[in-house]
Amino acid sequence: MRISALVTSITIIMIVFFLFREGVGIFKSPSVEKGYVIAVNKSNAVETLNSTQLKNIYDQEITNWKTLGGKSQEITVFRVEDITNYYSEEELGANMEYLPAKISEVLAKTPGMIAFFPSTYLVKNFKGKVLPLKNISVANFLGGTEWFPTAQPSAQFGAWPLILGTLYVSLIAILLALPLGLATAVYLAEIADKRTRNFLKPVIELLAGIPSVVYGFFGLVVIVPILKNTFHLDSGQSGLAGGILLAIMALPTIITVSEDALHNTPNAMREASLAMGASKWQTICRIVVPYSSSGITAAAILGIGRAMGETMAVLMVTGNAAVVPHSIFEPLRTIPATIAAELGEAPQGGLHYQALFTLGCILFIMTVSANLMAGYISKKKRLA
Amino acid sequence: MKKGIKILLSLLIVLNYGCSNSDSGKNKTEEANRTEETKGGINIKGSDTVLPLSQKEAEVFGKANADSRITVTGGGSGIGFTALIDDNTDIAMASRKIKVDERLKLEQAGKAFKEVIIAHDALAVIVNPANKVSQLTREQLEGIFTGKIVNWKEVGGDDLKIVVYSRETSSGTYEFFKEHVMNKKNYASNVLSLPATGAIVESVSQTKGAIGYVGLAYLEKNIKPLKVSFDAGKNFTAPSMEAAKDHSYPIARPLYYYYLDTKETTIKPFVDFILSTEGQKIVAEVGYVPVN
Repeated sequence: MRISALVTSITIIMIVFFLFREGVGIFKSPSVEKGYVIAVNKSNAVETLNSTQLKNIYDQEITNWKTLGGKSQEITVFRVEDITNYYSEEELGANMEYLPAKISEVLAKTPGMIAFFPSTYLVKNFKGKVLPLKNISVANFLGGTEWFPTAQPSAQFGAWPLILGTLYVSLIAILLALPLGLATAVYLAEIADKRTRNFLKPVIELLAGIPSVVYGFFGLVVIVPILKNTFHLDSGQSGLAGGILLAIMALPTIITVSEDALHNTPNAMREASLAMGASKWQTICRIVVPYSSSGITAAAILGIGRAMGETMAVLMVTGNAAVVPHSIFEPLRTIPATIAAELGEAPQGGLHYQALFTLGCILFIMTVSANLMAGYISKKKRLA
Repeated sequence: MKKGIKILLSLLIVLNYGCSNSDSGKNKTEEANRTEETKGGINIKGSDTVLPLSQKEAEVFGKANADSRITVTGGGSGIGFTALIDDNTDIAMASRKIKVDERLKLEQAGKAFKEVIIAHDALAVIVNPANKVSQLTREQLEGIFTGKIVNWKEVGGDDLKIVVYSRETSSGTYEFFKEHVMNKKNYASNVLSLPATGAIVESVSQTKGAIGYVGLAYLEKNIKPLKVSFDAGKNFTAPSMEAAKDHSYPIARPLYYYYLDTKETTIKPFVDFILSTEGQKIVAEVGYVPVN
């Protein structure tokens, strides 16, 4: 017994350690992928650029250096493959051996140019000015509102929409599932006769056995169109769809756990209450539910846990647009869905990979604090 | 009891050590695989777009040549090229041309390589069948996908909000559409991204204001493909196998195989098979456009 407890706790600690070791790495690197540099013409007055500015320059949202504090001059963006617009293949050499020198040359020739290229092409007497790159800060990562993990030259890691999305969906799910689940549990434990109970309980437990992809597909084909038609939305893929789906998925957990807790209330308590002249309804509200409140809290925590960590079903119905949601009818993107959709392609050890692990850390902190909070509340209740 | 704990602890430490060294471990097994593969098997790695095609071709080829062993793995075009440079694969499959820096790395290592186009893939821009709009220019598509154009009435349709569907960032199709249609600009952040092409088809067929892009093989009755123009509205072309083949449809890309000259003898029979009439028939079956 002691051994298995030890093994379990060591495994958990190892997983958490691994998660955080991978996740913290992102704050030690700039948002431009390692091995690449950003350079401008020597005459340029701009000393440094942040990742949002870089993205806007390459998206041609910012087209003049004046907006960035430089002198009024058109911005010319340059990527390595653009070199063929400036020089012919012969000038670059058969094996591209003159490429580094030509990059330096074209940058020196064009005053308004900004260039993004691998640092291996940086020649010794480079005629441009390499801009120093700032590391990604914790505040930028948590507070940023744009999530473009594969954007070049500068990836955008703003986790704020993802954090909010996860919270929204879990909140909607638990608001829907808790009253419904609790009512069902009370009915099953206190009111239903034995035959109904014996029929309903396995049916509800069956819900827990359905794979989440099936739920997701059900959501996409059934819930999403219904929502779209009832509320006249542009698209039914929304936070609400995800919330409803997660509520359905969390129901079996909530019902089974809280029903067990209600069922475990000693009969002596019920009989005492009824003997005092309380009605059946009063007994349930005043005696049975308060007595099993810690079990019900546990049910709620397990429900929230399921909702926060659920991936596949949410991935299919929430639309996954990384925007800060303003209403429950808007699409949103959750942390688990982001990790599941992107980890496959993120090169191991790269910036994107580390960012996904950081998201994992955030999710971990969120679930742990939800658990702690629920534990605190139930403890306080018991003392009072 | 105590002894048991000690044994367990040491086991855990060993396990942990193994985990942290999993990289080198993986390399070793890959190395072992490689020496085995060179005896007559072929390793193919790379683009997920080409993956279903390579699998099907390998399957049919394997039936005719019982002694051949072909292993196909996905991961993305970039992963295929990295494997080719590190000598971890015989063929790198790619849905894009080799990049300058990848080419340089191969040349630095003194490895000459060959490039073969095995098929073409065309992307269709799709809308809901109830949508009045039937054609768009590249500039309009760029505006829609970057979030500059938000209502169908701006491009000649009804007064209806545009709902943009895209693939996830991990998809090669996402990158291809961005580079080829959107002039390398980033997607708007309120674009809905779905994990699979099938989900895009389903969503566009349900949503009146929707627009999305899918491979030619996914075209169905309940979605409407748009005609597109890449010359500012002079010529509009509908997506079709024929149009992709004669290059009149602009959103098409070749699918490549890359391999080293030194491996040519082992690989040649398989590549020849793909380019044969039988192999090209499979290309059309899988939903891509044959080369000739």
